[in-house]
Amino acid sequence: MFKTLTTVRRNLIRFTLDGQFHQVPAGISVAAALLTAARVSRRSVVSGRARGPYCMMGTCFDCLVCIDGEPNQQACMVTLREGMKIETQPGIRDLDTGTTADMD
Amino acid sequence: MDYDIAVIGGGLVGSSIAYGLSKKGRRVALLDEGDRAFRASRGNFGLIWVQGKGWDFPAYAKWTDEAAGLWPAFDSELQESTGVELGYTRPGGMEFCFDERGWNDLNDCMARVRTNSDGAFEYEMLEHAELRKRIPEVSSAVIGASYSPRDGHVNPLYLLRALHQRLDARRVDYLPNRHVDSIECLHGGFELRTNDERLAAGRVVLCAGIDNVRLGKLLGLNIPVRPNRGQLLITERVQHFLNYPTLHVRQTREGSLQIGDSQEDAGRDDGTTTEVMNRLASRAVSIFPMLKTVRVVRAWAALRVMTPDGKPVYQQSSDCQGAFGIACHSGVTLAAIHAGPVADWVAGGNPHPLIARFHPDRFDV
Amino acid sequence: MAAAQCAAAHGVDVALLDEQERPGGQIYRSVDDSPLPDPTLLGSDYLYGRQQVADFRNADIDYFSGATVWNLDRNREVSVLVDGKSRGLGADRIVIAAGAQERPMPVPGWQLPGVMTAGAGQILLKSAAMIPPDDVVLAGSGPLLLLLASQYLKAGVGIQAILDTTPRSNRPGAARHLIRALESVSYLAKGMGLIASIRRSRVPVYKEVTALNAHGDEVLEAVRFNSRGRDHELPTGTLMLHIGVIPQLHLAMVVDCEIRWDEAQSCWRPGLDQWLCSTVPGIGIAGDGAGIVGAQASQLQGQLAGLQCVYELGALNRDQRDLKAVAIRKSLDKHLAIRPFLDSIYRPSPEFLTPVDDTMVCRCEEVSAGEIREIARLGCQGPNQAKAFSRCGMGPCQGRQCGSTVAALIAEVQGRKISDVGYYRVRPPIRPITLGQMGNLEK
Repeated sequence: MFKTLTTVRRNLIRFTLDGQFHQVPAGISVAAALLTAARVSRRSVVSGRARGPYCMMGTCFDCLVCIDGEPNQQACMVTLREGMKIETQPGIRDLDTGTTADMD
Repeated sequence: MDYDIAVIGGGLVGSSIAYGLSKKGRRVALLDEGDRAFRASRGNFGLIWVQGKGWDFPAYAKWTDEAAGLWPAFDSELQESTGVELGYTRPGGMEFCFDERGWNDLNDCMARVRTNSDGAFEYEMLEHAELRKRIPEVSSAVIGASYSPRDGHVNPLYLLRALHQRLDARRVDYLPNRHVDSIECLHGGFELRTNDERLAAGRVVLCAGIDNVRLGKLLGLNIPVRPNRGQLLITERVQHFLNYPTLHVRQTREGSLQIGDSQEDAGRDDGTTTEVMNRLASRAVSIFPMLKTVRVVRAWAALRVMTPDGKPVYQQSSDCQGAFGIACHSGVTLAAIHAGPVADWVAGGNPHPLIARFHPDRFDV
Repeated sequence: MAAAQCAAAHGVDVALLDEQERPGGQIYRSVDDSPLPDPTLLGSDYLYGRQQVADFRNADIDYFSGATVWNLDRNREVSVLVDGKSRGLGADRIVIAAGAQERPMPVPGWQLPGVMTAGAGQILLKSAAMIPPDDVVLAGSGPLLLLLASQYLKAGVGIQAILDTTPRSNRPGAARHLIRALESVSYLAKGMGLIASIRRSRVPVYKEVTALNAHGDEVLEAVRFNSRGRDHELPTGTLMLHIGVIPQLHLAMVVDCEIRWDEAQSCWRPGLDQWLCSTVPGIGIAGDGAGIVGAQASQLQGQLAGLQCVYELGALNRDQRDLKAVAIRKSLDKHLAIRPFLDSIYRPSPEFLTPVDDTMVCRCEEVSAGEIREIARLGCQGPNQAKAFSRCGMGPCQGRQCGSTVAALIAEVQGRKISDVGYYRVRPPIRPITLGQMGNLEK
């Protein structure tokens, strides 16, 4: 996994990734936070194969995750906030309540 | 003679006709423009739509129904021979209505189509509660819908791809990036000048969409078509929920939603507009409220090939033997019948009895 | 920033719409809020951005951050998402400064988690003080790859290897431009410095790398390649790719600016006059988004474009504008002197422009190079037809990662020039937005 260099004193904030708690310095993107703990952000809607963040600047759409129940968010374009619930996007997005569903 | 038949226009109409001709063993050239042409086929919604058509024109009601009936075999044939999955299904289709007046108009229209098709056209008018049983997600803004089991849908782009694959396999000469500058009627055939080349063909079929007006004049054909702009929105893929194509919202096999449409007189401007995008988006959400957070991945616009009454034109030139003109805005619905009876007619066979009803002299009333 | 500041300094009412949360673009990402205790590891070029950003913040400019522009029309109406709501903003003049993106470097397996761009590595370093694990492999060609390597070394990353894909065959062509490049002595010196520091570090550098591919089951596990006739395999979970940057053109394309193929840079770029005006009246384009010129030149172009706006709006007359432009152009020429040399020495290998058949060209829709070649053999004339036939380009990235590759493949199969084959027709929204936002239904 990616490591964080000792940073300028920043408070740590907590988030969950697929149910697991993690802690990172404040001020980073959701994609960066994800990369401290994992490699996979989503599963392809075409093949179901795993994808991870690739460009970190909003041009590749591989870092799509579900944030606080909202699917298909570009993780690299969203700043992580305290208590955010991040889930890997499991493929095609669900409709009703915005919670993720298993892919058929 | 380089070719038996030159088909001008490589969209759904031209490709279907060329395919039908190739199956009859004719030597065919299919001339097409380049990558950035108007290409009505690229803006097609993908509906194989029967309901409502021909409420004021009995021949069109019958023609459309027959065309839709040919589709299942057409789909199997293309799929088996190319391996391309067209995504054709015929679950029946709906048109939504939002008020009493809309309901009455639709009801009236459906009844007329039934009469004009000698009772063959099947439909039901579904009130809101009944509609909810089939499409539970629909909002209360939709008071009901007309439903016909005769309607279906397909991926129009894959249809075109499959046709092109078949044309390639059947040795039809696909000649893209050709702008036809002139066509001369010679004894026993035609000479086409395109870019710097000359090409001789025994017969010529114009399937060039709005360019048919210009080309038609060269061949004694009156094909009075005008561009009619339609815009649509395409969303990211979502979980399957919509099992029926509807006139304004359709879910593709991949899961993306197509949301349409508009009918605009914009000349040759095939650009999208903010007002229409805005309207299409808000209407989609009013019909299906849970779509509010679904993302639009692109908007699209294309120029429909619109005849004065919206019905097809099939014309054989009396001045120039062997010249044909074909125009319509339902290249998908009519694809199978174009590949079958219409191609037969172009090849010199006896015309299907309904073809004569679509002669453009009907506009001279 | 430069264009906005220049215009504001002349009394023009300016708004700047920035899709990032803080000013600085990608080059100066997080420069005024660096998480690194010692940002000097990023180099002096980066730190130069601090003053730029500070000056920008002090200027009288309406700054919208986190603003996603999703459409622009020829009447200079901008559709933009601000705080999740769509708004329309009209302007008398527009300057597009959309910057660059990494040139896609399609290799088999590049879609595996763990494969990223060098630009991504830089963004993680700059904005989050994050470094990759010690088995990281860097692969590609170009100054930014060297820069990243040197920054990583300073940050203590144990780079496993650098795979240099620069073709040897680039050298004779590049040598022609060396004389002119000498005008930019400081650039050359910097480059040499980077190369020297990498050599000193003893990180293995493989040269003339070809047949690059990424392997793994679920995620990246190894990189395979050939270097000077020998095959190699390196186990790794992180691969950073880079073969240069190309202009981000979606905004220019959606408003139908004329776009031309630049053979020297192997990329599409807008057609501009000497005042950076596009073919659409009232719209100028400056910086790397107009053609790759680098940070310093981008800033100077921004000033030129700003001056032109000021002139067109009547706050400067022609002579005043021309006078102010003299020094800017002189400086610009100096900074552009290095470009022909860089463009030719780091010209991407055809392996990455027209990859092998089993490479995933369209990442979103998973369309392979083989399928595109197949469609090209059917006679498909350009990327738009290819898109219709294969879904390539229909995904959320809207062709950003596949557009150039698709055109290059069609050109290769049909023996045509890329400039002839063309590019995708770009339609709004140039970034996906929700139906609720598009329908103005957000409260």
